[in-house]
Amino acid sequence: MKNLNVLVVDDEPGICSGVKRILERFTVSYPFMDEDRGFNVYESYTGEEAIDFIRQSPPDIVLLDNKLPGIQGTEVLDYINKNNREIIVMIITSYASLELAVKATEQGAYDFIPKPFTPQELKSSMENVTKNIFLRSMTKKLNKEGKEVRFQFLSVLSHELKSPLNAVEGYLQIMQERQGGKDISDYDQIIERSLQRIKGMRTLILDLLDLTKIQSDEQSKEYRQINLRQVARDAIESINPYAIQKDVSIELHDGEDITMHADSNDMEIVMNNLVSNAVKYNKKGGRVDIYIDRLEQGPRIQVSDTGIGMDPQETSRLFKEFVRIKNEKTKNITGSGLGLSIVKKVIDLYGGNIQVDSKPEQGSTFIVTLPVHEYKSETTTS
Amino acid sequence: MLADDDVDYLFQMRLHLQQAGYEVITAESQREAEELLQSVRPDLAIYDLMMETEDSGFILSYKTRRKYPDVPIIIATAVASETGVSFGLNTKEEKKWIKADLYLEKGIRKEQIQTEIEKLLNQ
Repeated sequence: MKNLNVLVVDDEPGICSGVKRILERFTVSYPFMDEDRGFNVYESYTGEEAIDFIRQSPPDIVLLDNKLPGIQGTEVLDYINKNNREIIVMIITSYASLELAVKATEQGAYDFIPKPFTPQELKSSMENVTKNIFLRSMTKKLNKEGKEVRFQFLSVLSHELKSPLNAVEGYLQIMQERQGGKDISDYDQIIERSLQRIKGMRTLILDLLDLTKIQSDEQSKEYRQINLRQVARDAIESINPYAIQKDVSIELHDGEDITMHADSNDMEIVMNNLVSNAVKYNKKGGRVDIYIDRLEQGPRIQVSDTGIGMDPQETSRLFKEFVRIKNEKTKNITGSGLGLSIVKKVIDLYGGNIQVDSKPEQGSTFIVTLPVHEYKSETTTS
Repeated sequence: MLADDDVDYLFQMRLHLQQAGYEVITAESQREAEELLQSVRPDLAIYDLMMETEDSGFILSYKTRRKYPDVPIIIATAVASETGVSFGLNTKEEKKWIKADLYLEKGIRKEQIQTEIEKLLNQ
């Protein structure tokens, strides 16, 4: 049996020995692996020790506490990113610093385990990691054989575009062959489904256009003073019919007008996506509250909903392309899986920041903060 | 048995297969399919590849094979070989880790699916 080497970096000896105890008696079996995998566990109590250890014998997995006595966990993560990218890093963190953990996953950590964790939680995390390590080695192998395994933008995009086409084509064939009966009314449901799928595809295409728009050259952008409150009012106006249908009320809370030097298209993309998501993932009779104000560093937009919410694992994946949170509650909600990744791209472009705070069954709050500085104004005066 | 998270694909395949004279049971997710497998041994299974995760179909295949070693399995997906995940069941290596008998591109003609199903059932 081939074991995976795990390095636990934590200044609490209890955590180290606990992890050791749990993992050394644990094995993972994964469908495609011929044999089970066990774990060898090594311990470091400081970041400095950990880097020494990694330098001498790089492990497969590092379980990394962020709060350490000397250098911090993020610095160890930086070291690994620079020198041993193949190592999988799991951040161990308390719930209080979950935000930090999410940030760490953006900086290359594979995932995080909230502290305190149960043996079962640790085991299921390690199961995922093991699976990932295996698939990665398999991918490498296939690549070597001249084959490509790419779960990339294009492949997922082609999947997302072809699925509705296949569905509509299939329905049309059923109609062409009169499989459901002679009357057009026999096909009402089929026609309705086809229209739904076409609508979904239109959303996807519009989102893709948004994506190319924000990535397009600077010259096509028009920077001027934008009233964010007005952008919000316009967004509410266009989304309201849908909100009424879903029995959700939207309120823009009073405050002074906040202006910002930006491309109006960009700001519309951000506002429309946030507000329409807040309606879409809401409950019957729910609310959407929009606050726009100005902090010292610049404008802040806050969109809160009383919707279905998400757990921390779901929120951590939220801003990636084509990630749609799939569960029982979202099963009947359509979407391209691009909206929030687009919002994030726009905000990054302006040097801003987006955060999400969410609780299952209670709702989500998205907070966008934008910097006050005049974004690239020197290049856009032409 | 059909497992696919695209309800329209599920509806159409069920219709085609029923018209061809098969009895069909369906699942809308990997989880539902796993539950179904607890109580039902299908004569043949057709699984979508990407459901809850990108490899749901692979995992279902493996689990089916472990419980019912003789049930033929088809993996169906809309991921095009030219742009995306390129895998087949042609080499020994691939057969070893992909526990399915056949890999089908979604959108192929239903007569062809029927031929393939018959072939696997008669093996």
